[in-house]
Amino acid sequence: MATTPLALEVRGLRKSYGKLDVLRGVDFDVAAGSIFALLGSNGAGKTTVVRILSTLLKPDSGTAGVHGFDVLAQPEKVRESISLTGQFAAVDQILTGRENLIMVARLRQVREPGKVADDLLERFGLTDAGGRRVGTYSGGMRRRLDIAMSLIGDPPVIFLDEPTTGLDPEARIEVWQEIQSLAGKGTTILLTTQYLDEAEKLADRIAILHEGTIIVSGTLADLRKLLPPAKTELVERQPTLEEIFLSIVGKGAATPEGAQR
Amino acid sequence: MSAHVVGNTNVMLGRSIRHVTRSMDTIITVTIMPIAFMLLFRYVFGGAIQTGTANYTNYLMPGILLIAIASGISYTGYRLYNDLQSGIFERFHSMPIARSAVLWGHVLTSVVSNAISAVVIIGVGLIMGFRTSAGILAWLAVAGILLLFTLALTWVAMIAGLAASSPDGATAFSYPLVFLPFISSAFVPTATMPGPVKAFAENQPVTSIVNAVRALFDGQPAGHDIWIATGWCVGILVLAYALAMRVYRRKIS
Repeated sequence: MATTPLALEVRGLRKSYGKLDVLRGVDFDVAAGSIFALLGSNGAGKTTVVRILSTLLKPDSGTAGVHGFDVLAQPEKVRESISLTGQFAAVDQILTGRENLIMVARLRQVREPGKVADDLLERFGLTDAGGRRVGTYSGGMRRRLDIAMSLIGDPPVIFLDEPTTGLDPEARIEVWQEIQSLAGKGTTILLTTQYLDEAEKLADRIAILHEGTIIVSGTLADLRKLLPPAKTELVERQPTLEEIFLSIVGKGAATPEGAQR
Repeated sequence: MSAHVVGNTNVMLGRSIRHVTRSMDTIITVTIMPIAFMLLFRYVFGGAIQTGTANYTNYLMPGILLIAIASGISYTGYRLYNDLQSGIFERFHSMPIARSAVLWGHVLTSVVSNAISAVVIIGVGLIMGFRTSAGILAWLAVAGILLLFTLALTWVAMIAGLAASSPDGATAFSYPLVFLPFISSAFVPTATMPGPVKAFAENQPVTSIVNAVRALFDGQPAGHDIWIATGWCVGILVLAYALAMRVYRRKIS
């Protein structure tokens, strides 16, 4: 871990709105190619961190490096290195899915925007819906399109701010699979979530943001050590409601990753 | 860098033009009210209004066009507000693009959609008897004044779109603007108005713009009205632009 280059380097980040201290000294590192989960309740400051890292907001003090670039000194370099998928699927509802992708590809000056769009539609199972206005899409489709838009131009760092909030279980699992496959290809992912199971399933390292500071951070194994060692008890394992739901609607078998809890 | 700005702005323009063409109802809403006023004044009130001109449709036309523009720009504020609300504004700002393209896309869209409305209204006006002896130069001058007026009000709309906290807030600013032509020389000569009203009417921007455009359409010399009109438009444009940029910078820092 010590020799892996850092994709994100955050030191002493502070931000307040008037008297409200949202961030009170946030520090963390994320190794290149890993999935890092920032866990916290609503209002813990997760989105503020993401907004600072994506150059949408300036911190009051502290530094943040993204892919080797400082967010304050080299914001344009940072923006070339990242993609942001915000809390609410930021897609154009009046355009079609394909037009949304082409728009982003043209803005990022990617070659052959049409082909890039078609490839992504295919990869995200949106080929049939590609010619329809996004206003007619379901929440899950919108989110998939949103993530697809973030992948254009292959940015090395992707921020996913609560990517599965408001999704149904199937859509959630699809998003999870996509995140894992991205990290498998070397993309660094910073994920914020309020779902503990999401962090547990996806993240290489987890940090818990609480009242504006990171109170613990480490791998899942590190975090487990914070509690007394597990005792062996015999418990009859009941299927979770999620497993029942997925097996009834018939998607469970196709998604062993999500259903094996 | 500037090629970057042009390229990005072009993509943004293409995007919001689609918003305009896919919601043709906005063009209809924008043009229907001015057309209704045109019908009302021409065929209901017009007979009782003494303007000293033979063709009242000609007299009306400049004011009707200004009403159309004033109501058209409210959609500009609304579209910008929607972008901010939906998060797509932030998505664009987190991308490696010229950030100014996001606003300029909206500004150019406003110009294009208002131009469409103006053409529709002039078309209806022609059916109702609007006649002009304007030559190419005069037409260009009219287009220039209307363009300046559109740009000035568009930047006012940008302030509203950026600062509003509700969709109503993003559009309501245009109501007083739509009303301004009524207290001007757009429908009746200002000479008939009582003192204070007359003083207001003669010294607000719409009167000079209306007088200048009317003179140009009639093939008359527009005199100093055209310079007062230009002065008003440029002044409002500069002020609104400066204010909008201030609100914008506060928004993105």
